[in-house]
Amino acid sequence: MENEKLKEIVIAYMPVAEVIADKQFLNITVNDDQIHNLAKFLKNSPETCFDYLFCESAIDYNDHFMMVYHLDSTKYRHQIVIKTKITNRETPIVDSVCDIWIGAEYHEREIFDLFGIHFNNHPDLRKIFLDNDWVGFPLRKDYTDFVNIVER
Amino acid sequence: MAENLQNMLLEEQEFSINMGPQHPSTHGVLRMVLKLKGETVLEVKPQLGYIHRGIEKMSEKLTYPQIIHLTDRLDYLSAHILNEAVCLTVENALEVEVPERVKYIRTIMDELNRIASHQLWWCAFGMDLGALTTFFYGLRDREKILDIFEESCGARLLLSYNVPGGLMNDIHPNFQKRVKDFLKYFKKKLPEYDALLTGNPIMQQRTKGIGLLTKEQAVAYGVTGPSGRGSGFSCDVRKHQPYSAYSKVNFNEILYTEGDTFARYKVRIDEMWESMSIIEQLIDNIPEGDFAIKMKPIIKLPVGEYYQRVEAARGEFGVFVISDGNKTPYRMKFRSPNFSNLAAINTMAKNQKIADLIAIGGSMDFVIPDMDR
Repeated sequence: MENEKLKEIVIAYMPVAEVIADKQFLNITVNDDQIHNLAKFLKNSPETCFDYLFCESAIDYNDHFMMVYHLDSTKYRHQIVIKTKITNRETPIVDSVCDIWIGAEYHEREIFDLFGIHFNNHPDLRKIFLDNDWVGFPLRKDYTDFVNIVER
Repeated sequence: MAENLQNMLLEEQEFSINMGPQHPSTHGVLRMVLKLKGETVLEVKPQLGYIHRGIEKMSEKLTYPQIIHLTDRLDYLSAHILNEAVCLTVENALEVEVPERVKYIRTIMDELNRIASHQLWWCAFGMDLGALTTFFYGLRDREKILDIFEESCGARLLLSYNVPGGLMNDIHPNFQKRVKDFLKYFKKKLPEYDALLTGNPIMQQRTKGIGLLTKEQAVAYGVTGPSGRGSGFSCDVRKHQPYSAYSKVNFNEILYTEGDTFARYKVRIDEMWESMSIIEQLIDNIPEGDFAIKMKPIIKLPVGEYYQRVEAARGEFGVFVISDGNKTPYRMKFRSPNFSNLAAINTMAKNQKIADLIAIGGSMDFVIPDMDR
């Protein structure tokens, strides 16, 4: 489906969503309390049918985190990117999408480990790469490690 | 103590053991905590991170041409394809068009890399099932491809042959002849693989109906590559979002619907035939021209987000770059196929025997550095 059509569907469902089309994808940004609803809608709606989450990542923008979900539809072969901003830096928390795409489980464990973002309703939220006694979250921009990172 | 242990094993009560981190069948340092009842696997909990090097964090301090050399160290068996993913991201972001010659050579190299990777998988898979002979047959043929790589790239495993804007140097004058010789040779040898292992009744009993993964599960977990296509999940990026010269060649996406270990095995064997057919279509038609375009000495991507998907030997590999306009990326995310594929192992191995878990792991073709990044 064309991006224009997708845009109309998303706006009709969630009028507050911020929609930006770049060269590659249609980017939808919503509030962190709406991301789960939007994800569920995009997966279950027969018109969109986004059943394949091919990338889930987080970005640290110093004053906030951005969660980015890249979605693909195996039925229509169209893609979309949904994003949400997490402004609380002390205890960042967002709803898990594991109940929608089970593959998100590992991606969210990775983000929990490296960014320190917590996920509501995640079935098994543990660190995935680092030791349990590791201090700090390496992919955050303010992370300092005098042993393993050499500043030049 | 010994008596207790014996009782425990005989009474078939639940207990947990560690498989790995040093275990021949995990093909690297991966630890799996198995919850067992007798010999039946109730739950698999993989423990990752033994070779986590923080490549995504390192990339934030490196320039784009430098990052290419780190991608080699992810999935080292499809090094060329991963290099290409970073190069394509940079080229698409800067909106530069590489010469046709580069596209052709990259595609040929990709497919040679895929064949080499599947050959090594075949070696290791046979060995996982106890058929040691396969290892020698597979490596014998893989050596020919590595020789071709060495001649043109100077390296055998970690190629780093791609640079943004083209290739590091032109192909060796012997390249076309040697590739054609290899195709002629391997067409005779590939049926040997079938004769040696595919038809073997022990192998068939150990793989058919083992480790079932339905199409819906494969899509939900994001299991891609030959493992996903064994479950009927049409996920070939070469077909759906062609890059380089893939739009110019005819090839079939291999799909099996059984979703068991044998189906995943068959997909890879058939993919080697398809890869040879792709190379055949391109090898005589490599256009004349430059092997690279001139790029600025310092590459800065415009502010924005760029995503590139490619089909690595194990599934869909993705590069996600967030640029703030500097010569280093603000954030770099690698979507590695093995990481997503591993997520499905608990579903596949549930209520199977421990020996079946080895076969399932072999058929998923795990490369651990790619998971840990």
